[in-house]
Formats: sequence, C-alpha cells, structure tokens
Amino acid sequence: MSVTEREPGARARLAALLAPPLLWLILAYLGSLAVLLLSAFWTTDPFTSDVVHSFTADNFREILTDPVYRTVALRTLGIAVVVTLLDALLALPMAFFMAWVATGRLRRALLVAVLTPLWAGYLVKAYAWRVMLGEHGIVNAVLAPLGLHGPGYGTTAVVIVLAYLWLPYMILPLHAALERLPAHHLEASADLGAGTLRTLRSVVAPAVRPALLAGSVFTFSLSLGDYLTVQIVGGRTQLLGNVIASQVTLDLPLAAALSAVPVVLVVCYLAAVRRAGALDSL
Amino acid sequence: MAEAARPDARTDARIDPRPVRPAAAPAVRLTAVRKEFGSVCAVDHAELTIHQGEFFSLLGPSGSGKTTLLRLIAGFERPTSGRIELAGREVTALPAARRDVHTVFQDYALFPHMTVEQNVAYALTVAGVRKSERLARAREALRTVRLDDHGPRRPAELSGGQRQRVALARALIDGPGLLLLDEPLGALDLQLRQEMQRELQRIQRATGVTFLLVTHDQEEALTLSDRLAVLDRGRIAQTGPPLEIYERPATAFVAGFVGTTNLLSGPAAVRVVGAPGTYSIRPERIRIAAPDGPDGTPGPGERSMPGRIAEIVHAGAHLRCVVRLDGGDDRLTALRLNSGPLPPAVRPGAAVHLLWRVDDASAVPG
Repeated sequence: MSVTEREPGARARLAALLAPPLLWLILAYLGSLAVLLLSAFWTTDPFTSDVVHSFTADNFREILTDPVYRTVALRTLGIAVVVTLLDALLALPMAFFMAWVATGRLRRALLVAVLTPLWAGYLVKAYAWRVMLGEHGIVNAVLAPLGLHGPGYGTTAVVIVLAYLWLPYMILPLHAALERLPAHHLEASADLGAGTLRTLRSVVAPAVRPALLAGSVFTFSLSLGDYLTVQIVGGRTQLLGNVIASQVTLDLPLAAALSAVPVVLVVCYLAAVRRAGALDSL
Repeated sequence: MAEAARPDARTDARIDPRPVRPAAAPAVRLTAVRKEFGSVCAVDHAELTIHQGEFFSLLGPSGSGKTTLLRLIAGFERPTSGRIELAGREVTALPAARRDVHTVFQDYALFPHMTVEQNVAYALTVAGVRKSERLARAREALRTVRLDDHGPRRPAELSGGQRQRVALARALIDGPGLLLLDEPLGALDLQLRQEMQRELQRIQRATGVTFLLVTHDQEEALTLSDRLAVLDRGRIAQTGPPLEIYERPATAFVAGFVGTTNLLSGPAAVRVVGAPGTYSIRPERIRIAAPDGPDGTPGPGERSMPGRIAEIVHAGAHLRCVVRLDGGDDRLTALRLNSGPLPPAVRPGAAVHLLWRVDDASAVPG
C-alpha cells in the first residue's frame, strides 16, 4: 500500500501508529547502545572509582594490548563457535527425523519436547545442570561404572550447558526448512538418477543452508553474550560476559569497552551470514 | 570438479546406461499390479502394455488410481504385488534412480536454487558428464522447448508455461526410454494449456520418446494420445485408441466419463432403443426435427421418438437440448451446433421428433 500526498489523514494515522514503536526503538534500544559506546571512551578515577567524562581511547587500547582480555575474548569466541557447531550437529538429525520420519503424535510430541524447555526459566535449567554435573551428580554416577569421570565445572561444562540451552533455536528453523521442502523435489532428484548422498548435497543442503545459518545466528550471539551459565557451571573459567559483569561496578567505562567486543563480533558474523544469503527469507 | 577428471569412455557409458533392448519389447508392461495403502486399494490388478514411441494416456477422475500407477512405474512406490517391466527389463524392485524413466511433475518440482540451465542439466551432472558437454546439451534441450535464452535465469523468474517447458527439457535431456507426465498442464489456464498440448505432441514426435500422460481431462487425453486407458476406482476399465473408446465404451463408467452420453438401461432401454441391455447414444448423434417437417420421418436404419423440449442450454459453440420423450419420463439430450438462429420448432415446450441411426445406440457390455 502506498501513502500518497493526497491522503493527509492516512499519513497522520500511519505516523501515529508507528511513532511509539519507532520512539522505543530509537530512544530505548539504539539510544542505550549509543550511550554504552560513548561511555566506553570515558575513564575512571583510580582513587574514587568515579566516572570521569573525558574522552580517551585508553580502554580500547587496554583491551587490545592486555593479553588477559585477548585470551578471554578468544576463549569466548571459541566457545561460541563450538556451541554453534555442536548444536548444528545435534539439530540436523533431530530436525530430519521430526520433519520426514516421525508422523502424527510422535512428531507433535517431539515438537513439544523441543519447545517446552524454552518456557522453563533459564536459571532453573542452568542450576539443574550444575546439580547434574556436580561431584555427586547423575553424570558422574552414570559414568562411574565405565571407569570415567564427568567434566566437572569448567569450560567443557559451559559448552555442554550452552549447547543445551540454545539447541531449540537451531532445531526450529531447520525443522521448518525441511518441512517446507517439497517431497517432489526429492523424488525429482531420484528420478533424474541421483542417489541419496547426491540428493542431500544438491537438493537438501541448499534448502537447509539458510535455516542453518539463521539458527547459528542465535546460538552464536546468545553464546557470546552469556554470563550466567559460566558463573553457575564454569568453575574458574572467565568469559567476556562475566568479565564485563564484574567490571560494571569497578570500572564502568572499561566494561562498556569490553561489551563492544561481542557486539562487533556479532555484527561481523551477521554481515558474513548476510553475504551468504541467509537473511533474505527473514 | 571431480567428474571432469574422469576418462571420456567411462562418462559416456554412464550417460546412456540402457542396454540394447529388443525392438519388440514394449516400453511398459504391467502384470497384475496391485497397490494398497493401508486398507485402501489404490490400484487393483492393472494389466497394461505401452508400445515404444507411443503417446499413451491414463485417464480417470481424481482418486481413480492413475497417479499411483504413474508413481509405481516411476519407482516412487513399490507395488503390493505384481510385476513391472520397462523395455523388457523387470524393474519391480528397482529404485527410481535406476530406472530409465523421467517424470514431469504437476508442480514441475524445479530446484529453486539452481538456474534453468543447471536444472535442465541435472541428470547429466548426476551422471558425471563433463561440464562443457553438459552445458551444450542443456542448451540444446532448451532449444527443443523453445527457451533458448532463459538458461541463466532462476525458475522463480519464469511464468507457469515456461516452467513447464523447463521441466520437460530437464526430463528429456538424456533421452529416457519413457517420459511420465503427471497432469502437467493442470496448473495452466485454458489458452496456454491448448498451446502446451500442441507443444507436447510436437516434442513427442520430434524426440520419439514414449510418453505416458496422466490426466483427468478427457479432451486432453482424446486429442493427444495414440492410445489411452480409462481408470475407474483403481481398475483399468478400458484400453484402446481414442476413437474406439469414445465410440464403443466398454462400461457405463467409460461412456459417462469420456464425453457426455445418454445412458439407457433396464426398461428405458427397451422403451427407447427397443431391446434390453445397456446402451449409450452420444448427444451429437441425435437429430432434432419438427414432427411435420420433411426431415421428421426416419430414413432407412433410423429410429425416431416423439417428445417435447424440456430445456435448452447454451454452451457456446453448442446447444444442449434436453427432450422429454412422450409416454414416459425418459429424457434424451441432443447436441446441436450453434451454427445459426434456431428454427421456430426448436424452443422449450415444442413438440419435436428425435432421430438417430440404430447403429449409434451402442451396446455397453460392462
């Protein structure tokens, strides 16, 4: 629908309709981001811990040169990548099964099983894993007869719990993409002489790729920004999230500069995904 | 690409995997084929022979099992029992990928992420044909369907008729022994459908490939086919050339489904035709005449019945006159070419004579 000059009433109504959400988006959302970015260039008085409003790039210099921050940033990035890959590996067969194999009640039951954890509280799930991964938890109890020991609290536990938390965000777009893929396309491929692997590569993969990338945007960015899971099951592991959280009270400008790191990473990732064409259907 | 490295001899062998088949072997032979879905029997005891180079149609209403039969021949479904042979080779248990058959789907099933050229060349890509040859042959196939300059486009940029042609080119690219067409013209509007019917006929003659068309459109089946089979609730009711099926329907269902007809049985047959049994009289074979006119008396070999016109329906090129016969409630429909203004005798309520040749009342055995 186009709003022409001859319909001032329609224009005004449209403006009235869009003003509140736009105002919210600009002021509350982008505004707070801008303030965050701005405050990253301030500094803190080392004696009083008060924020000094003088413009300096010292915070960014510190982040980029201090090996501690670099290690934490790389570790966070690595965990986000591993969690994303792990979720893709887990979600693909699951989504295939839900979309093509399971029928009727089983399919509905699986969909509910995937969705239900999304409604449960984040903290509840993280603490449930803390209990399971503990020294006397169920993980160790199950592994003990095999002569194995669970990962305990640490980086591995963080990866496991994050992969668990974000798995539905990967399964759902994949499931939707596979369900949308017409059965005729698979038959046409077989009809023209293609075996299963060829059909997967030439027909299914291109249809699934955008959904895989869309799902990975969630798993990747949610993993980068997470700071509670690492506090609950991470042991002494430090990630960007909890470093920022601990710096907020000590050195707000430094925390702001640190939080620019995941923002930049996510923006880079989105740009890469956009180039791959995964956002066309959003 | 891996396929480019392969020696030519081997790739060539893979392009044309068909063994030299005996000339006499029919393109398709079905023996007692039966297909059940749960407790529903979709195809029951199908016996069918389709000759090499034939344009054959499977005609039937929805739910008559024609698409199931096509999917059995394509290899998308396995029969519950029976035997399927293609070009003299038993393929009953063979998957679709290993049958020398390609399908044009009703929704075309073009791969949306590939260009038109890549779609058309897919069978060659799968077979490992070199890229240069693949492209050359895809262009040639596109020329056959008159889409020469559409190769680099995506299917989404094409119209329905163009997609239809791409699907045809894709299925014909490696000269399959048999082409299956599943209601390929169903999604097109009337004008385009008629144009594509002529195209199908032209392409079939040009390539010499055996065509098996599934359709519910009797006119399409009658126009295009060398022979056709009419399906009725999972069974093949009649097989034969179009004219034979139209003129001598084997069952009441065929008589009613292929064209429209006046179907008479029981006492009505005795009253109208003069003999017991089931008879079909095509409306276009019945002549309407004024009772006192010069053409109102039956000639030799003709039969005449008096009646009154109950209804006249204008159907474009034709007029359908429903006539209620005197001395009962029997009704016959007569078709008149809309070739000029109606004579005064032909109007609702008028007394008329209906005349037809005795031969035109054909006995329906089934």
